[in-house]
Amino acid sequence: MMLIPCPWCGPRNQVEFTYGGDATVERPADDAPMEAWFAYVYLRDNPRGPHDEWWLHSAGCRSWFAVRRDTRTHDILASAPVGEPLGERAP
Amino acid sequence: MQKFRLATGGDIDRGHPVRFEFNGAPLEGYRGDTLASALLAHGRHLVGRSFKYHRPRGIFSAGAEEPSALVQIARGARTEPNARATVVEVHDGLVARSQNCWPSVRFDLGAINNVVSRLIPAGFYYKTFMWPPTPAAWLRYEHWIRRAAGMGRSATSADPDRYDQRFAHCDVLVVGGGVAGLAAARAAAGGGARVIVCDETPRWGGLARRGASSVPIDGAPRGDWIDTCVDDLAGAADVTMLSRSTAFGYYDGNLVGAVERVTHHLAAPLPPFAPRERLWLIRAKAVVLASGAHERGIAYPDNDRPGTMLLSAARTYVERFGVRPGTCAVVFANHDGAYDDALALRDAGIEIAAVVDPRDDAAMAGVDVRRARDAGLPVHARSLVLRAHGGHRVHAVDVAAREGGKSQRIDCDLVCVAGGWSPAVHLFSQARGTLRYDEAIAAFVPDASPLPIVAAGAANGCFDDALLAADGTAAGEAALALARGASPSPAAVARPPRAPGAAPVEPLWTVPAPYGAKRFVDLQNDVTVDDVALAKREGYQSVEHLKRYTTLGMGTDQGKTSNVPGLALMAAELGTTIPAVGTTTFRPPYTPVTMGAFPGAHTGPHVEPVRRSAMHAWHASQGARFVNAGLWKRPHSYPRTGESEDDAARREAINVRRNVGVVDVSTLGKIELQGRDAAAFLNRVYINRFDSLAVGRCRYGVMLRDDGMVMDDGTTSRLADTHFLVTTTTVNAVRVMQHFEYLLQVAWPTLEVYATSVTEQWSAAAISGPRARDVVAALVDLDVSNAAFPFLAVGACRVRTADGEVPGRLFRMSYSGELAYELHVPTVHGLAAWEGIIAAGAPFGLMPYGTEAMSTLRIEKGHVVVGAEADGRTTADDLGLGKLVNAGKWCVGKPLLGRPALVADDRWQLVGLTAQHGAVMPRGGKLVADPDRAPPIPMQGHITSWCESPHVGAWIGLALLAGGRARHGETLWAVSPLADQRVRVTVGPPAFIDPEGTRLRG
Amino acid sequence: MRYSAFSLAREALRGHRDWPRAWRSPPPKKAYDAVVIGGGGHGLATAYYLAKEHGVSNVAVLEKGWIGGGNTGRNTTIVRSNYHLDANAHFYEFSLKLWEKLSQALNFNVMYSARGVLNLVHSPADIDAAMRRGNAMRLNGIDAKFMSREEIAAWIPNLDCSPHARFPVLGGLLQPRGGTVRHDAVAWGYARAADALGVDIVERCEVQGIRVEGGAIAGVETSQGFIATPKLGIAVAGHSSHVAAMAGITLPIESHVLQAMVSEPVKPILDTVVTSGAVHFYVSQSDKGELVMGGDLDFYNSYAQRGNLPVIEHVVAACLALFPSFGRLKLMRTWGGIMDMTMDGSPIIAKLPVKGLYMTGGWCYGGFKATPASGFLHAHTIAHDAPHPLNAPFTLERFAEGRMIDEKGAGPYAWAH
Repeated sequence: MMLIPCPWCGPRNQVEFTYGGDATVERPADDAPMEAWFAYVYLRDNPRGPHDEWWLHSAGCRSWFAVRRDTRTHDILASAPVGEPLGERAP
Repeated sequence: MQKFRLATGGDIDRGHPVRFEFNGAPLEGYRGDTLASALLAHGRHLVGRSFKYHRPRGIFSAGAEEPSALVQIARGARTEPNARATVVEVHDGLVARSQNCWPSVRFDLGAINNVVSRLIPAGFYYKTFMWPPTPAAWLRYEHWIRRAAGMGRSATSADPDRYDQRFAHCDVLVVGGGVAGLAAARAAAGGGARVIVCDETPRWGGLARRGASSVPIDGAPRGDWIDTCVDDLAGAADVTMLSRSTAFGYYDGNLVGAVERVTHHLAAPLPPFAPRERLWLIRAKAVVLASGAHERGIAYPDNDRPGTMLLSAARTYVERFGVRPGTCAVVFANHDGAYDDALALRDAGIEIAAVVDPRDDAAMAGVDVRRARDAGLPVHARSLVLRAHGGHRVHAVDVAAREGGKSQRIDCDLVCVAGGWSPAVHLFSQARGTLRYDEAIAAFVPDASPLPIVAAGAANGCFDDALLAADGTAAGEAALALARGASPSPAAVARPPRAPGAAPVEPLWTVPAPYGAKRFVDLQNDVTVDDVALAKREGYQSVEHLKRYTTLGMGTDQGKTSNVPGLALMAAELGTTIPAVGTTTFRPPYTPVTMGAFPGAHTGPHVEPVRRSAMHAWHASQGARFVNAGLWKRPHSYPRTGESEDDAARREAINVRRNVGVVDVSTLGKIELQGRDAAAFLNRVYINRFDSLAVGRCRYGVMLRDDGMVMDDGTTSRLADTHFLVTTTTVNAVRVMQHFEYLLQVAWPTLEVYATSVTEQWSAAAISGPRARDVVAALVDLDVSNAAFPFLAVGACRVRTADGEVPGRLFRMSYSGELAYELHVPTVHGLAAWEGIIAAGAPFGLMPYGTEAMSTLRIEKGHVVVGAEADGRTTADDLGLGKLVNAGKWCVGKPLLGRPALVADDRWQLVGLTAQHGAVMPRGGKLVADPDRAPPIPMQGHITSWCESPHVGAWIGLALLAGGRARHGETLWAVSPLADQRVRVTVGPPAFIDPEGTRLRG
Repeated sequence: MRYSAFSLAREALRGHRDWPRAWRSPPPKKAYDAVVIGGGGHGLATAYYLAKEHGVSNVAVLEKGWIGGGNTGRNTTIVRSNYHLDANAHFYEFSLKLWEKLSQALNFNVMYSARGVLNLVHSPADIDAAMRRGNAMRLNGIDAKFMSREEIAAWIPNLDCSPHARFPVLGGLLQPRGGTVRHDAVAWGYARAADALGVDIVERCEVQGIRVEGGAIAGVETSQGFIATPKLGIAVAGHSSHVAAMAGITLPIESHVLQAMVSEPVKPILDTVVTSGAVHFYVSQSDKGELVMGGDLDFYNSYAQRGNLPVIEHVVAACLALFPSFGRLKLMRTWGGIMDMTMDGSPIIAKLPVKGLYMTGGWCYGGFKATPASGFLHAHTIAHDAPHPLNAPFTLERFAEGRMIDEKGAGPYAWAH
């Protein structure tokens, strides 16, 4: 049962969180071409290894935040509030 | 009469005899006995029948690893199949019986399988049962195969017992309360750690509890050392001791699942409110795995005869339970450690007819071998047991020299096998620990884990009694360091200490045998040495293929005593080493866990929470029939005496069109938005504009997913310049809130908008019908005339209720197509306001209506529902809402709406359907041109919602139809092969009442 | 040697000493006419049908571990074709028809047990959806039957059909021909049959790179050296993204973990496959007697082949809510598999945008039942360099074109399907 480090609340049981998917895909500008939106919505690197992803502390502070997690082991490598780079704070 | 009970000794309470029943016979044991020890005290070895060949089976072990002695315990709703007699504690009233046998364990017709066993080797079923070549043929074969397979029987009525669940946190969790585990726990606790120590048995001390003859610990007799250690731990403030508690799995974040058997060992009446079992979810900073080891057998012909057991188990029965499992034993062992056990059996009065050891004399150098020889035990070096004799009980074995030659028959009623030990590394492996094959003990031992887990004692491959406590202490200290933040490293896993000169185990997995002789590797699943050879021959050589093809290790014991011998035999067949063959995955749980323990109380009526509106009790009091809507319970209709649900819904719908009705819409999602950029945000979220919405007005809106499909719809009201109230559908309330939060926090963090879910805070009622204004006027302090409060007006108000005046919000919006209002009040006043509406409406013929009438009304009006019409595959344009898409602005989902297939003319589009006069519209009907052609019949669309419309006087429906908007006036067939229904339907616009909207604006 | 009761009896007299290997284990050749990556059911079936249907037998199946070791050996063994959307219905029905004759076709008993798959419904909206789906099945020529609560209660006595249940059973959609298949046997059966037709099955051979020359497939770099081939099929389920990336292709796929679990074996207690969408649960009883259960994904990207306790708790809770008498059975084994979740919940069986490169994948935890059809159609696509009409809708390009095949309508969220 993963222990997910919410940047605001500290480590909490995974059942408090909702998964939000790949955090590396960059949201295109409103007027970006359809291809850019297609890639954003559909294409995923889906790495075997460290994966930056969004989580929502849905049963807690209701903050979205980023987590770097190894998809081979579920080890959590870092977490950070939106807008802050991952890897600068250890969980 | 417990004929085989020793006069003294054993960790049983002779002052407390208990009475139990086995296969109908009343028997007596003592408190502290397991079912196995109590049966052995009566000389009963035959306990059950094996899975495949239905061979008679006895008691093989004395613990959780038991493959053979599986019984059905208790009766009725409390019956439990596949209980291991070796761990079931006897208590007054315990009822147990043999399973997988008929008519009895002594005479089992299923044993025919043993007679024809040559025809049914491993994997035989893959090669036959293919004729005649029809699926029905296999079903007939399968019927009999299934009846022959299986083990015990499930209960057939609900489990009446309770289960509990508990979270716990600690610095160091010690799994296993033997000497190593206790030493580890004491070391960790001594260093100031919060410690939990658990053990699957009822007694602390593990195997070391036995044996006065054994080595002292720290200079003290073992029993005294254990008692002192347990007392120390029990007295420590930060130590929790859980006996009868099995740590069954290691999960992410260093969470160990453990199950505590709270009342299994107790006789009725059980303590009130005690759960039967308790699931512990233990979050540990570090774990010490001191889970011991499992002794292994040796596969010689008929090594499954009752009376055959592991040597350590025999000793356990003698010393822990004061039971002699036989009178005359042959010991078959391949390592020095067995000799102390053999001596212990002899000391208990069991004649040792032979100790058969495959090793050369030179290799048998241990001190215990010499002691045994000095004591006169007949030791047969370089010898093998070539077969056992007996049926329901072993009565002799053939012993011969390893080189061959004539065998010697030795009478005995007990065969004790000691094929070496396999450390119980399950949790270590689950903790991503790697294993190392240790030649000295011919077993896999923990090597390294990236996680903070340390193995100790026998689980760590330490089998020297004198070193266990030191190994445990070292592990406890290492775990303490890990808990305090040291990084796990391979060095943290100490190599098992070995006394200098300890003789290695000589691997011996089987003995030569003629074809047809059954040398069992896996006793439960009847996997033999020949089966392993067959698997090799046919190419099922990887460990997983071996396991799956032969079912080796797939039984309830999960191969604790058989996996290593099985893969050793495969390695031998392949001419390679055991580590080259590898091991299978140690999947949780370590031992089977009662299903009821997992959810605890969260099952049955509590499997998901129930959401009820503030008015629920009123609905119930008025005879409402409830339906599930997500987690909510909503009134479907309010049938009166003698009225069917459908009739009630029809009456309610008619009353809305004629007079006025009220429906509880509290379940709608409600989100308040505040902030400078709230209007801009809504503009970006919805396909239509909201910045142009005036304060005090509301507007219907549609939002899309990123892929352009309709996600949700609802009404948004502007309460103030920077303050909006968004309503969502009931099912999507949570999803829309998350969507908003994601957009605000991640996508557009610069927008200053605060979103708050207020679904729970406001109760809501929709009042619809020509008399709605009369009702509302009597309730609120607003001027609700059409001029002052026109369609789509919104206003704060005071609502007159039995509680007095309460604050509320009034909305002029309509789902039914009638003049209608929605009244929201704080949830605490929801019931009072509802009762106020009912009272105020009485003079005007107001009736409550449920979701069914609401559905009829909205279908007549042509309003779409998310889930039915908006099915996740439809665009706004498909639903006829394309005109809402504002061309002048961007919104979520818009960029991908231009994809070619989303703008094609033949898309399924929303239409209305009217059934031929008098015909019933089929539920879930599909639209086809020609229902009489042979399948596959092309489908042009389907009915999404339908009802018998009182207003139209016919069955009508909404449907998605290919190119539907251009097909108004066409007739098609709506068909339901499931219901054997077909009806001609006419396609039209999706609005059957007041398409101009004069009613709702009136 | 042909498998039959006769050959079993004959071999019994000979001590079962003459059974040949079910499949050879040859070292790979330098070059093949076609190479399939992935020795699971889909890859082995692809090779079998290439040889059987298209005469392309100079084929290698490259498996990095042991055949059938991925999701083929980790699923809950359910087969069915109870789909709503035409493309899915036709595809899975084709598969079910292949299942019906597979044991005989392969001469390997895969134990197709047509015991019925029953989807319970718990709300009026559930009934609507089930009726829509069932009617679509029937019109597509697929067997389906709507069962009333009373019929279900009589048929499945241990199921809680009381109106007071948290999710009361209001009825169910039954596909009588749905059922189970012995999963391991599928891999072994296809392997043996493909091998007999000359296909090389190379285990412990990991593909480490894909060589593309002039825009076309040239071969694969493997742990056993370079293997040349002009045609390369990818059938690696949860590892699809990883392998496709070797050819520079990014897929609309995420890998997630799905757990499954079995109870201890008991005598027959459940004779059909029961599923419930409302509580996210499915169960059947294996021929050994174990209850085989599963539920939802764990809901996070994962390649770990294991999950966490909340899902297990939920699956068991759902099981006991439906079958309260199973509470004292014991859970014996749990495990996880890596699910290749696409953005519309449907597979991709198609040519990829590199000449000579094909894939079958994106199974979204529905891959087992698709195995025969997937292999058949993948083989067809490889052999003809063009899809068969049955897999023509399952392209990679459908997402960009807006032709998603979204059975649940869940949208472009991989874990929502």
